[in-house]
Amino acid sequence: MSAVEGTGGAIRPAARGGDRSGAWNEHTKRLTGWSGALFVISVCSLIPVLWIVFLSLKTPASATDGSFIPHHWTLSNYSAIFSLGTFTAALRNSIGIGLISTALAVLLASSAAYAIARLDFPGKRAILAVSLAVAMFPQISLVGPLYNLWRQVGLYDTWPGLIIPYMTFALPLSIYTLSAFFRDIPWELEQAAQVDGATPFQAFTKVIVPLAAPGIVTTFIIVFIICWNDFVFAISLTSTSAAQTVPAAISSFSGVSQFTVPYGDIAAAAVVVTVPVMILVLIFQRRIVAGLTAGAVKG
Amino acid sequence: MAEIQFDDVTKRYADGFEAVKHLNLQVPDGDLMILVGPSGCGKSTALRMVAGLEDISEGQLKIGGQVVNERAPKDRDIAMVFQNYALYPHMTVRDNMGFALKLAKVPDAEINQKVNEAAKILDLEQHLERKPANLSGGQRQRVAMGRAIVRSPSVFLMDEPLSNLDAKLRVQMRTEISRIQQRMNTTTIYVTHDQTEAMTLGDRIAVMRAGILQQVGPPSELYGHPNNLFVAGFIGSPSMNFLPGEIEGDSVKLPIGNVRIPDELRRRLEGGPGGARGGVIAGLRPEHFEDAGLVADRASRGVTFTARIDVLESMGSEFYAYFMVESEQVSSRELEELAADTGGTDLQSTRGGTQMTARLAAESRVRQGQDLELWFDANHLQLFDPDSGRSLLAQAGAGTSTPTPTAGGLQGPS
Ligand SMILES: Nc1ncnc2c1ncn2[C@@H]1O[C@H](COP(=O)(O)OP(=O)(O)OP(=O)(O)O)[C@@H](O)[C@H]1O
Ligand SMILES: [Mg+2]
Repeated sequence: MSAVEGTGGAIRPAARGGDRSGAWNEHTKRLTGWSGALFVISVCSLIPVLWIVFLSLKTPASATDGSFIPHHWTLSNYSAIFSLGTFTAALRNSIGIGLISTALAVLLASSAAYAIARLDFPGKRAILAVSLAVAMFPQISLVGPLYNLWRQVGLYDTWPGLIIPYMTFALPLSIYTLSAFFRDIPWELEQAAQVDGATPFQAFTKVIVPLAAPGIVTTFIIVFIICWNDFVFAISLTSTSAAQTVPAAISSFSGVSQFTVPYGDIAAAAVVVTVPVMILVLIFQRRIVAGLTAGAVKG
Repeated sequence: MAEIQFDDVTKRYADGFEAVKHLNLQVPDGDLMILVGPSGCGKSTALRMVAGLEDISEGQLKIGGQVVNERAPKDRDIAMVFQNYALYPHMTVRDNMGFALKLAKVPDAEINQKVNEAAKILDLEQHLERKPANLSGGQRQRVAMGRAIVRSPSVFLMDEPLSNLDAKLRVQMRTEISRIQQRMNTTTIYVTHDQTEAMTLGDRIAVMRAGILQQVGPPSELYGHPNNLFVAGFIGSPSMNFLPGEIEGDSVKLPIGNVRIPDELRRRLEGGPGGARGGVIAGLRPEHFEDAGLVADRASRGVTFTARIDVLESMGSEFYAYFMVESEQVSSRELEELAADTGGTDLQSTRGGTQMTARLAAESRVRQGQDLELWFDANHLQLFDPDSGRSLLAQAGAGTSTPTPTAGGLQGPS
C-alpha cells in the first residue's frame, strides 16, 4: 500500500512512510547512537545484578574469594533462606503491605486525578504543586516522630503501621502520574458512547476504563516498586516477623557467628526480591509504552 | 416520526458566552437540514444540544413532538458523526461500528451482517479488523459514518462528516449519504462548510451567524432571495459581488452604469421593507455576468459596461474573470465578518476599487489583461439596505414568478 502512496499524486502520505531513502542515513546514525548509549547503560546496571546473582550461587566458604564467576556452584543459599521462617514471613509482609498500600494509593489518587483532569475548580494547580512538594519531603525526618507516635497508639510493628506512611508518600506521585495520563484520554469518547446508547456507567466501564488502564497499571507498578523497595520506614517501624518486610529482614540476617556476615544468604534474598520486580516491568513495559490512545482524535 | 423542533433555544456556556441565541428551527420528519455558517457560529453546539451532550439553557427542544430537554443521550435514539470522529481507539473498526448494536443487545450474527453491509457501502471491508490508529483520516471519517449508519436511529446528526476526504471520495460519499438518508428516510441535521454539499444535499439550508439563525429555506430560495447581505455572500461560489448604488427614479445608479430596474424587480422592491429610493448595496452574482458579445438582446434586460480583465481562470467549462470596478468601498459589518471567515479577498475593496468576479461562458474569447465588454443580467440584481444589511426585495411569490436559478446556481443567461 505505502509503495504506491510515496509517489507524486498521493493524497495523504502515510504517516509513517515519509521519504525513506533521504531519511535513511540520519535514521541509521540515530540508531547507532542510541544503541551505543543503551549498551553502556545496560552494562553498568547489569553487572551489579549479575554480581549479586553469582554471589548468591557461591558456597559460603568461597563467597569472599573475589572471583566474579563462582568456582563452586550451589543453591544452598536459596534453600537456606526459604527454610528460615523470618524470610518467608518477610516475603509475605512485603507482598501484602505493598499491594494494600499501592491499591489504596492508586484508588485515592485516581479519584483525585480524575477531578484534576476533568473539573475546573479553584486551587487545582495548588493541589498538584503541594503534592509535588510532599513527594520531595525527606522521609527520614518523619521516621523519628512516627516511631514515637506508633509506639503510643500501638501501630508499631503492624501492617497498618507501614501501610499508612507508604500510602501517604505514594499518593502525590500517583496523583501526578495519573493526572498526566487522564489528561490525555479523549474524554469526548464518553459522549460518543452515550450517543451510541450507553449509560454513563457503561460509557465509563467500556470506553474510559480500557483507555485509562495503561495509566493505572503503570502507576500501580511504579508505586508498588517504591513500597517494595522501601528500607527507611521498614527498618524503623518494625521489629519482628509480624510486619517486617524483606529489605528490613535481610538487614537482620545473622551469620553462624556474630563475626561472619551471611553474604550468600543476603545475595540470595536480594535476588529473590529483585527478580520479580524486573519481570513485572519487562512484562508490562510494552503495555505501558503502547500508545493506546493514538489516533482517536482528528489530528 | 422524528421531527426536530427548536423552540427559542438558547445555549449559554459556563463562561457566559451565548453560542446559540433564540434559535427557532423546525426539521420536518424525514428531511435533511443543512446547517451552515462561519467557524464558531454555533453549529456544533446546536447539534450537540439535539444529541443531549450540551444542556439547553433556555427554550425547548422537541424530537417527535416530545420535549427532550432533560432526556439522556442514550434515550434519544440518535446517531451522531462527530467533527473529530471520536472513534474508540481500543476497538477494531468492526467493534467500533458494532458498539451501539452490542449495547442494544442485538444478536451477534445480526451485528456482523449489518457491519459488513455498512463496510461495503463505505468501502471499509479490508480494514474491519484494524484499529483506528492505523487508518488514514479519510478512513477514520468513514468508520465514524459507518458507526452511525449501522443503527437505524430516528435522527442522524452529522458534524462535517466529509471534511477530511479527498475530492473524489467526497463526491462518492455525498451521493451515498443522500441515498442512505432517502432510503432510510431518517430526519437528519448535517453541518458543513462545503458549498456544493450544502446546495446539493439538503432539502433545506439553515444559515447561522454568531449564534443567530439568519435564514432557512430550500437551497434555491437562499440562492435566489437571500434575506440579508450575510446570506447573500455566504451562499454561492464564487460569492456574490457587492457594489454601492443609488436608486434614482426607475433605475439604480451603479459604478458599472445605470441599470434600469426591471418591472418584476420594481414590484418586489415596492413590496419590500425599504421602499424604492436612496442608497443601497447591490449584489451581483458572478454567474449573472456574461461576455456581452455572446448576448443577443442585451439592451432590454441588463447593463453593458467595459472592464479590464486582470486575472482569468479557465475552468474548462467556463471562465472566472476577475476585474476591478472603481467605486467607493461598500462597508457593512456583515460583509466584513464574512470576508474574515472566508479569507475572501474578493470581497475586500482595494485602492478605491472593488474586486469583482464574473463567470463567463467557455465560448467567450476573453483574454487576460484585455478590455472586455461585459453584460449583467438586471433581472438577478439583489438590493440591500446599507445600514441594516437586510434585503430590500420582497420574497417573490404573490402572483409574480421570478426566474429562479437551479439549485447549483449554474444557470447562465438564457
Ligand atoms: N465549552 C465551551 N465553553 C465556552 N464557549 C464554548 C465552548 N464550546 C464552544 N464554545 C464557543 O461557542 C461558539 C460556537 O462553537 P461551535 O463549536 O458550536 O462552533 P461551530 O459553528 O461548530 O464552528 P466550526 O465550524 O469551527 O466547527 C464558539 O465561539 C466557541 O468558542
Ligand atoms: Mg463545529
